Amino acid sequence: MRYAMAIDTRKCVGCTDCVVACQTENNVPIGYCRDWVVEVMDGTYPQLEMEIRSERCNHCNNAPCVRCCPTGASHFEDGGIVVVTHRKCIGCGACIASCPYDARYSHPEGYVDKCTFCIHRVRKGLEPACVATCPTRCMYFGDLDNPRSSVSMILKKRKWKRLIPEAGTDPQLYFLI
Amino acid sequence: MPNRRDFIRISGLGLGGAAFGASGYDLFRYLSDSSRGLPDPGLDLVRTPTYCENCFWKCAGWVYKNSEGKIWKITGNEEDQHSNGRFCPRGTGGVGMYYDKDRLKTPLIRTEERGKQVFREAGWEEALDYVAEKMKKIGEEHGRECIALLTHGSGGSYFTTLLNAFGSNSIAAPSYSQCRGPREVAFYMTYGEGVESPERTDIRDTKCLVLIGSHIGENMHNGQVQEMSDAIDKGATIITVDPRFSVAAGKSKFWLPIKPATDLALLLAWMHVIIHEDRYDKDYVERYTFGFEQLKEHVRLMTPEWAYGITTIKPDLIRETAREMADAAPAVIVHPGRHVTWYGDDTQRLRAVAILNALLGSWGRRGGFYVPETTEVPEWPHPPFPVPGRSWKDAFPDKYNLAYETLATGICDATIPAISKACNFKGWIVNGTNLIKTIPDKEKLLEAIHNLELMVVVDTMPMEITGWADVVLPECTYLERYDTLRHSPHRKPSIALRMPASEALYDSKPAWWMARELAKRLGLEAYFSYSTIEEMLDWQLRQLGTSLEEMQRIGVKTYERSYDNLYFQPGEDVQFDTGTGKIELYSTSMAAEGFDPMPVYTPHEEPPEGFYRLIYGRAPMHTFSRTCNNPNLTDLMDENDIWVNPQVAKVWGLKNGQYVWLENQDGVRSSFPIKVRVTERIRWDSVYMVHGFGHENKQLTRAYGKGASDSELITRVLVDPVMGGTGMRGNFVTFKFEPSKAEAES
Repeated sequence: MRYAMAIDTRKCVGCTDCVVACQTENNVPIGYCRDWVVEVMDGTYPQLEMEIRSERCNHCNNAPCVRCCPTGASHFEDGGIVVVTHRKCIGCGACIASCPYDARYSHPEGYVDKCTFCIHRVRKGLEPACVATCPTRCMYFGDLDNPRSSVSMILKKRKWKRLIPEAGTDPQLYFLI
Repeated sequence: MPNRRDFIRISGLGLGGAAFGASGYDLFRYLSDSSRGLPDPGLDLVRTPTYCENCFWKCAGWVYKNSEGKIWKITGNEEDQHSNGRFCPRGTGGVGMYYDKDRLKTPLIRTEERGKQVFREAGWEEALDYVAEKMKKIGEEHGRECIALLTHGSGGSYFTTLLNAFGSNSIAAPSYSQCRGPREVAFYMTYGEGVESPERTDIRDTKCLVLIGSHIGENMHNGQVQEMSDAIDKGATIITVDPRFSVAAGKSKFWLPIKPATDLALLLAWMHVIIHEDRYDKDYVERYTFGFEQLKEHVRLMTPEWAYGITTIKPDLIRETAREMADAAPAVIVHPGRHVTWYGDDTQRLRAVAILNALLGSWGRRGGFYVPETTEVPEWPHPPFPVPGRSWKDAFPDKYNLAYETLATGICDATIPAISKACNFKGWIVNGTNLIKTIPDKEKLLEAIHNLELMVVVDTMPMEITGWADVVLPECTYLERYDTLRHSPHRKPSIALRMPASEALYDSKPAWWMARELAKRLGLEAYFSYSTIEEMLDWQLRQLGTSLEEMQRIGVKTYERSYDNLYFQPGEDVQFDTGTGKIELYSTSMAAEGFDPMPVYTPHEEPPEGFYRLIYGRAPMHTFSRTCNNPNLTDLMDENDIWVNPQVAKVWGLKNGQYVWLENQDGVRSSFPIKVRVTERIRWDSVYMVHGFGHENKQLTRAYGKGASDSELITRVLVDPVMGGTGMRGNFVTFKFEPSKAEAES
């Protein structure tokens, strides 16, 4: 089993519903977030292009944050989901420094926090909160090892890219272009 | 070469915990309880139905409480056609409205002159007695019709009943004369019915969507955004006409970066191409329309070459996009938009939109405009309403005869005493609308307010308008109250229930309770004769084949259509509610009223040197000023910025992130500075900002002083002679590097 997410940049309107839905679902304090939206513009008026991406932890197969964690708080769960066990985390911040995607933050209660692919929902057969709420249905989540999962199917059908592949972390967020 | 790459990250990061301080942190302590470990996804938790009050789309959803019984999250109801189970950021962030510590907490009575937020706390008895006594006094001295209601909230329906029972029918929503009014009138003139809300656009099945200044995706009209996404998936063509590279423009096959205020010329040229290249729907035009020959002659000389000189859009592109529409017809939507009060000839521009759709045969067709259906909700029995002797309309003899709803600015004008006006208002009840940020020409608005003998504001938040009230009545949020059943038109008729997920916090009350209490004091209790709101709702629901108990479990009930089809049938004989019974390309009603029966392009004033046209719009995480202080939503966007083209920035030496003041053509300077965003996404003759920021009330602790208010810079109002809509895009601003003298001294 290998969980992954695909995000359709052609459909995303950058509304940030994914950010609020994650905040409320996961009790992320106001002023912090586990996911965010990036807008990239290219060109000169009126020849312009824009890409909008909903971003979060890439749940890398070769995750530097897991390797560098001195206490084992950062670890892999089933399906390759990278999770931080809050009570084991000493808040040293090594993982924050190691992440090429700037996906982690220091929670005001003293531990490091990040996207969990809503593992508590996934284990009960639900989609992550961001995927379930997105009004444009631009996100696809599922098991890459299952060729019939929505994420496997869409990746077969569409062109995609990953962010900063040169970091060598084998990220598991796929952006449909 | 300047760096042309524009990279923006939108998130809760960047504010940081420190920005909130210790007391602010308490606000979200409930959210950050890590001792529970991973939250329960909510499968076994208590959920109650609601429909959202963060905007007018009114999506139905579920409010979940956590294991401690506190409101935790809000999600969409799968059965709901407005949301399809998915809320937008404002709906999802609606919890912030409930938890906002800046809410109005008790009734307030003014202790100093109007305009200052100086009140004393009062009990409900005293506040309601005060309002009722004043209403009686105005009724005796001036006539009962001299009290008006201005509303843009669900609670308004109860105050409507109250005022109707009292003897006034002057009830206005700014959403008409300040927003969608010209569109409704234009479509009535053409098709005999309006576009309504939610719009009857069949976007999910369209092959070509044409957006004219409509920024779907930045305005989160939920169902439309969802359907636009479906249409993108199915490969539909999007054509966007906008001086700004909107999010929708970024998803479009064609972006037409039009010179602002010239849209009507483009629409006429499109008609010219479609008619003179013989690309219109001949059967549809012949069967259903009136005035085709006049229209053909009318647009004969309005060639793409003619329009090029006006719009700056190249003739080839005008032809190519017209052909694209015709090829997709009838599955094409020239979208009527929603906020259309721009230049004062808005009814005529929207008439052109309506006519273009008729030429393409899209009205009543799959992928064009469907025929919606509404559930009729029975009214609780009450004595007949008295007939008022006068109404707002009497203040405007021979004007605005085509306005089918009350003009908020009409009420405002009629409040300023003048011998020529047969109707003067002496009392206002304002429910859920922050008029200071809604009504253009603030000076005139305040003059009207100064002439009132009674000003009551019903709101959940200390919006600027509360500072002008004699009495402030704190309404509980939509998460703490019952309201009327939602029964908006859609593909299928439906109803949705809003019920309290929690007891009302503080000493706030629902609108139905306030209206009924006032009715009791005015001897009008017969109009509110139900013993509890639950009894009334259950009585209504039982006649709709359900019950309050069932609706509390399901939230939304959808019915099968009772009449006709979603679209016109091939060859179907359709009667339209117009003078000729046909779709009027040539409007007989407009002609009878002395207006152009077919739209004529007239040039609009252009910005003087050193000034730029002020264009405003929406951001997906905010609804006007309503959400401006919501902790969850300000976390995503807590101030607006002013979009400036790099060429303009170079002339002025403006840098990204720099703060400037804006001053308009009348010398009005913004109260607060606004951050510059240098971006290629805006034309050089315009600047753009998101509406709803620049709040002046310090009691809005998150919103105060953040960004600038477009409303205060809109001092020139271009009134639509057809229906009285207030065109607001004829204002020009320049950059200033210091506050106004008055502001600097204060």
